[in-house]
Amino acid sequence: MKLPRSFRVTAIVLRHADWGEADRIITLFTRERGKVRAIARGARKIRSRKAGHLEPFTHITMQLAASRDMPIVQQVETLDPYLPIRDDLTLTGYAAYVIELLDRFSYEDGTESPSTFQLLAETLKRISAEADPWLAVRYYEMRLLDLLGFRPQLFQCVNCLREVQPEEQYFSPGSGGVICPRCGQGLPGLWRVSVETLKHLRHFQRSNYAEASRAHPSAGTQKELELLMQAYFTYLLERELNTPGFIRRIKG
Amino acid sequence: MLLPEPLQNLITALERLPGIGPKSASRLAFFLLRAPEDISQQLADSLIALKQNTAFCPECYNIMLAGRERCEICDSHARDESVICVVEEPLDVIALERIGAYKGKYHVLHGVLSPIEGIGPDDLKIKPLLARVALGQAKEIILATNPSMEGDATALYLRQQLLPSGVHITRLARGLPVGGDLEYADQNTLLRALSGRQEMG
Repeated sequence: MKLPRSFRVTAIVLRHADWGEADRIITLFTRERGKVRAIARGARKIRSRKAGHLEPFTHITMQLAASRDMPIVQQVETLDPYLPIRDDLTLTGYAAYVIELLDRFSYEDGTESPSTFQLLAETLKRISAEADPWLAVRYYEMRLLDLLGFRPQLFQCVNCLREVQPEEQYFSPGSGGVICPRCGQGLPGLWRVSVETLKHLRHFQRSNYAEASRAHPSAGTQKELELLMQAYFTYLLERELNTPGFIRRIKG
Repeated sequence: MLLPEPLQNLITALERLPGIGPKSASRLAFFLLRAPEDISQQLADSLIALKQNTAFCPECYNIMLAGRERCEICDSHARDESVICVVEEPLDVIALERIGAYKGKYHVLHGVLSPIEGIGPDDLKIKPLLARVALGQAKEIILATNPSMEGDATALYLRQQLLPSGVHITRLARGLPVGGDLEYADQNTLLRALSGRQEMG
């Protein structure tokens, strides 16, 4: 499809990198075309009319002009700057994690992505508005896996296909789901999942946010759940994410 | 394309510089090939001297002449030791020195925290800053990192680390640039400009 000369998108700024003398390359996630990289000319000058709108985690609406390679930013307006995130280091860490996950999993393929965009916008809103954003982040992970086509199988053993019983199970990142204790015995690369953790994972997978946010996992369950998801993401991406280490570092 | 090795080597070396692609690299290399000898000689000499004759000041981590014990600013008696201005890069020191109104000392971090790029506190000169503050001479720390997401994250982290020392912590004001336009200001800037407004007269 040939792009029109100039087009309008609703986007969230994922990241930015300096380019040339005073320009920036902005990585955006747009509702209309998925991930897009664009050049913002002069965005590092102190009097730039765009720079303030193009900070990471900003929800914007913008006019882009197609060019031979990357589109060029013409006008930008902020819809929601998610200010509380910028004033708190832990929230910045969580928001960066949310952004990094999406950035790693997405390609500049030009496809319309309204559901993923909405999930991202809602999650950033929740991080900036809620007392404890932990649940919002975990809920985001689960929904993102659904949208990407990596929804883990949490109700049947991925090997024998029998329904999972209320006892300690294994999780196999490679097979993308739970393996029952009988099938999993002695297999390499498996993670133990307690009944409590699996209960919460399943709850997040099949509930909407209003219901999911009513969960109160214990500190131990929280930790186990986090590590398990991390292992799954590391397997899918074939490398570790940067932000979990950063979050641990600023908390400690 | 077959090029003599010395020329190809230069092109390959130039291509590694930021902002220089294969075409610019070839143009520069051919320019130097045809230019008078002294231009390339001077360039080569200064390139070698760059690494050999510079070092980091062990106190503020700004760049200084090799062989000095401390940089000129740290050495100067006219400078107020009780104020330390924390900046991202040596170029920021130059920008602040240009205004001529700041009489305190500096501390150069050599970067900013960036969660997504995986740049953490240990990649910056944060520990030496904490050690400097622990000596007790500094009364005020001015956080002068850039007003960007990364700069803010760095300032927040420094604040978290410096709070126990009881030192007075300030952050450069943010607001409307001279010659700017309210109409184009983003909410973030405008909100802070409004909350930081000042009494007139």
